[in-house]
Amino acid sequence: MTQTLLEIRDLHKRYGTVEVLKGVDCTMAQGEVISIIGSSGSGKTTMLRCINMLEEFQGGSIRIDGQEIGYETVGGVRKRKKENEIARQRAMTGMAFQQFNLFPHMTAAKNIMLGLMKVRGMGRDEARSVAEKWLDRVGLLSRIDHYPGQLSGGQQQRVAIARAIAMNPKLMLFDEVTSALDPELVNEVLQVIKGLAEDGMSMLLVTHEMRFAYEVSTRVIFMNQGRIGEEGNPKDMFVKPQTERLAEFLKSSSFN
Amino acid sequence: MGYTLNFAAVWRSFDLLLEGLALSLGLAFAAILAGCLIGLVTAFGLVSKNLFLSKSAGLYVTVIRNTPILVLVLFSYFALPQLGVRLGKIESFVLTLAIYSGAYLAEVFRGGLLSVPPGQREAGLAIGLTEMQIRTSIILPLMLRNVLPSLSSTMISLFKDTSLAAAIAVPELTFEARKINVETFRVIETWIVASCLYVATCSVLAALMRAVERRLTVPR
Repeated sequence: MTQTLLEIRDLHKRYGTVEVLKGVDCTMAQGEVISIIGSSGSGKTTMLRCINMLEEFQGGSIRIDGQEIGYETVGGVRKRKKENEIARQRAMTGMAFQQFNLFPHMTAAKNIMLGLMKVRGMGRDEARSVAEKWLDRVGLLSRIDHYPGQLSGGQQQRVAIARAIAMNPKLMLFDEVTSALDPELVNEVLQVIKGLAEDGMSMLLVTHEMRFAYEVSTRVIFMNQGRIGEEGNPKDMFVKPQTERLAEFLKSSSFN
Repeated sequence: MGYTLNFAAVWRSFDLLLEGLALSLGLAFAAILAGCLIGLVTAFGLVSKNLFLSKSAGLYVTVIRNTPILVLVLFSYFALPQLGVRLGKIESFVLTLAIYSGAYLAEVFRGGLLSVPPGQREAGLAIGLTEMQIRTSIILPLMLRNVLPSLSSTMISLFKDTSLAAAIAVPELTFEARKINVETFRVIETWIVASCLYVATCSVLAALMRAVERRLTVPR
């Protein structure tokens, strides 16, 4: 019996009066690779961002390794946890962004070392050697002292993934990490993610790369209008979708 | 127009002008240093989601920026003592210029803060940094690089504003020049020399700031 890593219960999220998540439930076991697909505005990125509290949410709960994320209920009143506690919880997950978001004034090494030193409390030398290890892993050891502006988009994204993974998170969140890349650079990034999946890293991927989702996922979640429309193993999902919405979505996306 | 230029009288008092210039630089340095701190705190106030902070910061900037600096200088030197705040000439002027520069620098820094993409903060949050760590390690260094050109011109303006201290008899460059003018009657020569000293100093300041800019530029 594998251990439960992530447990989302009845997640509700509103922007003002617009409800973008209308009660999402999801349980994820250690080592699973789940792709979240769906048309834009379906709430997939928002759901991902709730898991590391980049977005507030108004109802429901998220647990990682049994720990309640972001909020606590004291005497029947739901309260946001203290900022330091939330920062500590955020470090349990790693995130890679669509726009990479590398720190432009720091070299590849420094980008990775910042969190290791400030959050994990490592010394400079230890942090540097961890940075070397992960840059080697994503094939960019030779670029260790390059600034983000000196790297291609694909290379920047690989550094950004290394920066997140180096923190040794329990769960990796990928938010459309190939959407901002030129087509010929997509594959190098997907290869890195695939390698991590093979190592048993638990991952949640919001993606538009249907072929990749099909190949790498243990499970696929189809989001539709703020709810989970359908979920299952990739073979069933892509080959014989149960709902009409998913069938339509797959037809309109590039998967074939 | 029988005026013949004769700089001899001005040269005899040149060391007075240099002493004045040294004081001008001292006034500017102290005031801008304090102004940068005030401006930084105010800028974070201006962009804060906390309504009280943003409104009070906004009020400070509006009031100070819409009052002529000479009025502020005269107010703090002549009016404040009536209210029980007694400061020396130099202290009074430095305080005034600090508060004045704080308001201008706050606007400069605010622009710089807004120019840092929100993704930078999110990336910092995602690796578990606290808001304070994000500010010091990510936002401030990026903001500083963005504002250097306008920071440079604001600082030069503020340096030139030290000449207003002459109005309350602080013996800085303009005050000394006026004294020499009155004593020697070499009107044109005195003010030409004083102007040259201002221009030379400002050019050096601008060159220093450009050097800092080059030093901080990230390779791409």
